[in-house]
Amino acid sequence: MLTLGIDSGSTTTKGVLFDGEKIVKSLIVPTSASPKQSINYVYDQLYCDDVVYTVATGYGRELLDRADKKVTEITCHAQGAGFLDPEIRAIVDIGGQDSKAILLDNNLNVVDFLMNDKCAAGTGRFIEVMMRILGEDLQNIDNFVVGKTPANITSMCTVFAETEIVSLLAEGADKGDIALGIINSICRRTSFFAKRLNLYGKIFFTGGLANFEIFRKTLEGYVGLPVVTSPHSQYAGALGAAVIGWRKCGATK
Amino acid sequence: MELIKTLPDIYEEFSEQRRNSFMAAFEMKEKNIPFVGTFCTYTPTEVIMAAGAVPVSLCSTSDETIPDAEQDLPRNLCPLIKSSYGFAKTQKCPYFYFADLIVGETTCDGKKKMYEMLGAMKDVYTMELPNRQSLMGRKLWREEVVALKEKLEEKFGVEITEEKLREQVKLMNKNRLSLRRFYELMKLDPPPMAGFNLFSVLYGSNFKFNRWEAIKEVDALTDRLLKEYEEGARPISKKPRILVTGCPIGGGAMKVVKAIEDNGANVVCYENCGGAKSVDELINEDAEDIYQAIADRYLNIGCSVMTPDNNRLNLMGRLLEEYKIDAVVEVVLQACHTYNVESYSIKKFVTERGIPYMAIETDYSTSDIGQLNTRCAAFIEML
Repeated sequence: MLTLGIDSGSTTTKGVLFDGEKIVKSLIVPTSASPKQSINYVYDQLYCDDVVYTVATGYGRELLDRADKKVTEITCHAQGAGFLDPEIRAIVDIGGQDSKAILLDNNLNVVDFLMNDKCAAGTGRFIEVMMRILGEDLQNIDNFVVGKTPANITSMCTVFAETEIVSLLAEGADKGDIALGIINSICRRTSFFAKRLNLYGKIFFTGGLANFEIFRKTLEGYVGLPVVTSPHSQYAGALGAAVIGWRKCGATK
Repeated sequence: MELIKTLPDIYEEFSEQRRNSFMAAFEMKEKNIPFVGTFCTYTPTEVIMAAGAVPVSLCSTSDETIPDAEQDLPRNLCPLIKSSYGFAKTQKCPYFYFADLIVGETTCDGKKKMYEMLGAMKDVYTMELPNRQSLMGRKLWREEVVALKEKLEEKFGVEITEEKLREQVKLMNKNRLSLRRFYELMKLDPPPMAGFNLFSVLYGSNFKFNRWEAIKEVDALTDRLLKEYEEGARPISKKPRILVTGCPIGGGAMKVVKAIEDNGANVVCYENCGGAKSVDELINEDAEDIYQAIADRYLNIGCSVMTPDNNRLNLMGRLLEEYKIDAVVEVVLQACHTYNVESYSIKKFVTERGIPYMAIETDYSTSDIGQLNTRCAAFIEML
């Protein structure tokens, strides 16, 4: 017996098959221009006869008619991250088009949350745009910034920051320095935002950027609290959806 | 024979009342009945009515006229101010067109500067509203009420006797009691109507120019809802009970109420303008100094332009208990500094009572509907 959780994010669509104890199978595909196609593709790839309940989450959650339930990404991230590490008391998620901070109580229930959903600043989109200007692959970012001195990026806005980077490049600044400056900028902004909640205890870092050690380390430096992540952190939303599904269908271990 | 209307038809009628009263206003103008345009719940409407004029709320809740307003006003300004000015400038608000006089107050900075600009288009009279409910404030505001009376007497060539004034005070108290009795139906659990409809009625009844008729209609609706409820009608299911506070809503900002109710909760109480804030307190009809009584009642309104704004907290505390509120949603219109800053103390006040709180900063556009739905759904899942 399995449950299926699908997280339709703005950049990627993630799916997780869950057996009540662990992730049995997972899948990640680009959301591209057709979130409906992507969410249905992930469903078709992962669905099997053992699946008793499907929960959809993420901004495209309404696009999967075959889901038994739709739950917001806030609740799902909390459940997924809390499943991966029950010691955590907050979640910082840097998503493709928004970022969020979620505060949990001792029982891993959501008690407060904030969303930055008005602006690309401080989101995955920001770093994507910047890396494109630098002509570098985001996947190599950890190696790319080793031993670099962060350039000072002051613009809050994605569009203005782009101009700022073009000027820095014109002045002959080192690309690695600029990249590290961008990482500092996004992590500093995210920490100011998250600190509006009364953070305490361990913070779980989710979203695509959590795969890179440099982001985790920089964020931890700014927040001043331990920031942890997991190899499955990008699947936190999908996993949370599957965990909620597991509880919904009354399944017990 | 008058057909018995269905409840949805009645709600629809109230929500369309502003539009449906355009013709009534036109006909009254033909009979030389003057109109006085207002923007805010601080306006002592009794004084206007005692002058034989009709007070009417001017249009201010649609983003339709904002691009025109932004030709003259900064973009980074509250949508309510921009919309109000835009409606005036483009003459798209028939009530502005019909108004012989506009009465404003020195509430927030944005509004009072906007009133100066409106003065170029109409006769605008701005009352000086004090920023605190102190002894000095009460004295000043009383004088301002008297000065408004004199302005109206001069403008319309009438005499406002104390008798006429007391008569209107009594009428408006009746109106308040009637509205209060209506919205207090929401204390029932589950409530007898959706919060969206509750607001339509509160808002729409303002645009009935015959106050007695308006009271009768609201009373009839209250009686009917109560009777049907007692007979077992439950049009709304039991869900988390939300109190809405913050900036004035209506029009474009009703998207927040819709997002709350579409995502699994019931709005059962409006603390903001248009709801309890502007209706709750009565004027002391028997006061020896009726001007002071009027002044006191209006000055007591707990708007964030007041410092400190303890009356808002007092009313909020009472409503949280009386309506058995599960969570509070604050609506802050973009660039409304006073409500935005005050949201810090409101959050503290509400969460100290163990009640979850969420603030939403928004405008009149539809651009953030998707995000609004996610926020409201996540907040309600949390309850």
